[in-house]
Amino acid sequence: MAESDDLIIAGRRFKSRLFLGTGKFSSGTSLEQAIHSSGTEVVTVALRRVDLSSTEDDILTKIDRERILLLPNTSGARDAEEAVRLARLSRELGGGDWVKLEVTPDPVYLLPDPIETLKAAKILVKEGFNVLPYINADPILCKHLEEAGCATVMPLGSPIGTNQGIRTLANLEIIIEQSNVPVVVDAGLGLPSHAAQAMELGADAVLVNTAIAIAKDPAKTAYAFKLATEAGRISRLYSNSGIKTSKQASASSPLTGFLEEESRNVHGVI
Amino acid sequence: MYTELFDKISFSEAKERVLSKSKIDIESALHSSHCGKPLNFEEYLSLIHPTADPYLEEMARLALDWTKKRFGNTISLYMPMYLSNECRSSCVYCGFSFENKIPRKTLNESEIRAESEILHSKGIRHLLILTGEDYSITNLEYLRSAVRILKSYFDSISIEIYPMDREKYEVLIEEGVEGLVVYQETYDPEVYSNYHLRGMKKNMRYRLDAPDRGGLAGFRRIGVGALLGLSDPYGEMFRLGEHAHYLSKKYWRTTIQISLPRMRPAQGEFDKTIFVSDREYVRFLFALRLFLPDSGLVQSTRESIRMRNHLAGMPITHMSVESRTDPGGYSGGEELKQFEIEDTRKIEEFTEMLRKKGLDPVFKDFDRAFLQVPDRIV
Repeated sequence: MAESDDLIIAGRRFKSRLFLGTGKFSSGTSLEQAIHSSGTEVVTVALRRVDLSSTEDDILTKIDRERILLLPNTSGARDAEEAVRLARLSRELGGGDWVKLEVTPDPVYLLPDPIETLKAAKILVKEGFNVLPYINADPILCKHLEEAGCATVMPLGSPIGTNQGIRTLANLEIIIEQSNVPVVVDAGLGLPSHAAQAMELGADAVLVNTAIAIAKDPAKTAYAFKLATEAGRISRLYSNSGIKTSKQASASSPLTGFLEEESRNVHGVI
Repeated sequence: MYTELFDKISFSEAKERVLSKSKIDIESALHSSHCGKPLNFEEYLSLIHPTADPYLEEMARLALDWTKKRFGNTISLYMPMYLSNECRSSCVYCGFSFENKIPRKTLNESEIRAESEILHSKGIRHLLILTGEDYSITNLEYLRSAVRILKSYFDSISIEIYPMDREKYEVLIEEGVEGLVVYQETYDPEVYSNYHLRGMKKNMRYRLDAPDRGGLAGFRRIGVGALLGLSDPYGEMFRLGEHAHYLSKKYWRTTIQISLPRMRPAQGEFDKTIFVSDREYVRFLFALRLFLPDSGLVQSTRESIRMRNHLAGMPITHMSVESRTDPGGYSGGEELKQFEIEDTRKIEEFTEMLRKKGLDPVFKDFDRAFLQVPDRIV
């Protein structure tokens, strides 16, 4: 792959385009193996699940923070105020300036609230956070978040934890086409082929959690996702080359025949 | 600002990027378009390449298909009104150049009304107002006064004047201007410098970032273009595509329009025009349509009747008609035109041609209710 094909978010460079979520793993060991075999460089953790002030937190001890970006998320926040409070707390406790913004007032489908997300994003950006918002696949919301200064947008492929894959295809295509910040497809990716599809569409990265965490073998599944993410990226960059197109031109050239008139005229003059 | 992108590659490197494309790149680009995807920038560059000529008919079919999908069977009509031919800049190819000893004229209020009444009576509701580059005579206050009169007659008013600061653009938007057109003329810095001898227009970078300032000010439509014939057309098409794409992504509330005028005879002694054939010109337009399917492609009366008849709706979506390029030209009087026009048909004849092609000539598709300006008074 081209040397320059690193993913850059808020000035930080990443080789891997697979982000890993940390919920639902059966053990710290299982998580650690998945992190290792996925090759991920971004691991998101729910602020409500970890103790950032502790050096012995089971999840945090599995993350090599020299190599991997710890991305605290605000899951559980039901409105902007709660999300902002969690993010500030995270920074105070050494969680850094990065935050995955999640505002999900609906406890059943955990669908993100666009209005509260935008509100919180504006506040957090002003406070110097690198904000990565989890959102529905709404192209206009993406533009508002981009204007607010978010470091990425993270539209969902399908509702979180459902493993349905990409059900928001038409909107994701628009988001990817229009975005000036990296697009990370987050939520709903249940199979490595879903990750490959997202990358083939032109997503800059994918985030996977449930599909790996509850797999029969999380480490092997994480490896499959790593390969699929890379395959999708390579396919996006290179695989169209050489495909022959069908020629629809007819001998009479009905649409561009007027250009032949020009040639005849020119010759006539000569 | 666009200049940040512009600085990343030189004009000659841009030209080489286009010329490095191969047949396989062209076929791959066409495949993407057949799959219903707008071209990416590299694919767009492939279709500019001269090797794409054997695929012109295929490109035409795709361009027609994309245009129909995004614009339907409609052609938006507009007319230009030259408010002034006063100019303090010396552009060697332009009839209005300061060096040319031609009669100069700036329309006063009653003359603007007289012109407006004629255009209004023809059914036109989209107006493009133009001036030369004399910042003292056609200053902000003059333009505001003109717009106050014009908005009584026209629903949509766009400006094609000298580049301004963002704050001045904001004033004009508040007054009732909807669109901004800034032709870069040439994106080649060397040629730009050689052909713009004196005046504010000599500042290429200020002009390059004018559409950005317009986007930040909040224009609803921004038009960009290159005057084909001044420098290498491949370099120009690289830059124009790059610029339009950048603007459409950055100012997402704004509709981007593109125009590709070719050099026309004008007052003066400019004789260095680089010939751009009809075939090349058409190829460039098709490539733009497949790259930026939502951008309006504008064609003026500079082009021949034959070209205009065939390109309407494929891929052209916006056309001027019955244009005069001299201030006060619609009301008669002296000949003070900026350049020669080619298609001199009357509006009735032109719209009849469009209808025969199955196209609907659209005189109005904007309303000043979108803008917070006073209601129509006539």
